[in-house]
Amino acid sequence: MQRQVALIKQSLFDQGYLDEQFIELEELQDDANPNFVEEVATLYFKDSARLISNIEQALERGSFDFNRLDNYMHQFKGSSTSIGASKVKTECTMFREYCRVGNAEGFLTIPYLRRVQMFEDFQATEERARNVEKEA
Amino acid sequence: MAVGEVMRMEIPAGGDMSVTSPELHVLAVDDSIVDRKVIERLLRISACKVTTVESGARALQYLGLDGDKGASGLKDLKVNLIVTDYSMPGLTGYDLLKKIKESSVFREIPVVIMSSENILPRIEQCLREGAEDFLLKPVKLADVKRIKELIMRNEAEDCKTLSHSNKRKFAEYIDDASSPSPSSSSTHDESAAKDFPSSKRMKSEDEKFSSLL
Repeated sequence: MQRQVALIKQSLFDQGYLDEQFIELEELQDDANPNFVEEVATLYFKDSARLISNIEQALERGSFDFNRLDNYMHQFKGSSTSIGASKVKTECTMFREYCRVGNAEGFLTIPYLRRVQMFEDFQATEERARNVEKEA
Repeated sequence: MAVGEVMRMEIPAGGDMSVTSPELHVLAVDDSIVDRKVIERLLRISACKVTTVESGARALQYLGLDGDKGASGLKDLKVNLIVTDYSMPGLTGYDLLKKIKESSVFREIPVVIMSSENILPRIEQCLREGAEDFLLKPVKLADVKRIKELIMRNEAEDCKTLSHSNKRKFAEYIDDASSPSPSSSSTHDESAAKDFPSSKRMKSEDEKFSSLL
């Protein structure tokens, strides 16, 4: 079981879902604070759900408030960086480029796919991390 | 100054640090709940007391700088260091830094800025305004340890200068020397960790003496 968990975790790193920041967080955990990573992850998922919901609402409205979207993305990128969610961080960066340029056209087509990709990555990471923590 | 001397420094009454177990009280300001959790852990591991708030406004409120006459920040647990995110809604970390440096009561508290963006003009702006240091996110344990050492060293330097200043004043008094107020600069900062010029404020020796009372 332990080996399975180790393999899943390794694949998360190999596929670029997680980066070394996640390891930094693991190293902050000890016997006195054994749930630190799980606590941070829980906060991250809650916060991300809120941000993604805000982003989707903002996109649905039709008239794009690029500043607002950029702001949400900045927050999302920030927390993703802090937990080591590398793929999400990358998607946020790309998304923000579209916001910066104010490219409504580019914004509508490719970023939609990016957005879905991002959400899928996020959910995949969430699920896998939850499984890893459960079995740990 | 030998390395060992720092640890033997006597911290005068008024601060809540003791010689045997010096514990900095750090006020951490960040609008991100994830980052607050992480910075709190980093600081606790580094043996600091931590108070976290989610905005510059709340930070000022905590310090008692939010308009209430007679800031009572010194009465409760004294804050030895403020670590703040740069990009926050409302008051940015830079705005907070300015307000603290404008306050006669709190301007001596070192302020460290954190940011996920490596923007040189921003860094320079903060250092010019008196920030102690600028940390790039994600903040690592090594960053926090370095900051803590820097702060502790500076506090020890202040005390050492204070004791020198007292000796000198006494000597001058005895010898009936002329000016009782030596000029500032000189002994203040020999810290090798300082990469950025003029980020420390030069305090006059009289100011140092009275601020420690």
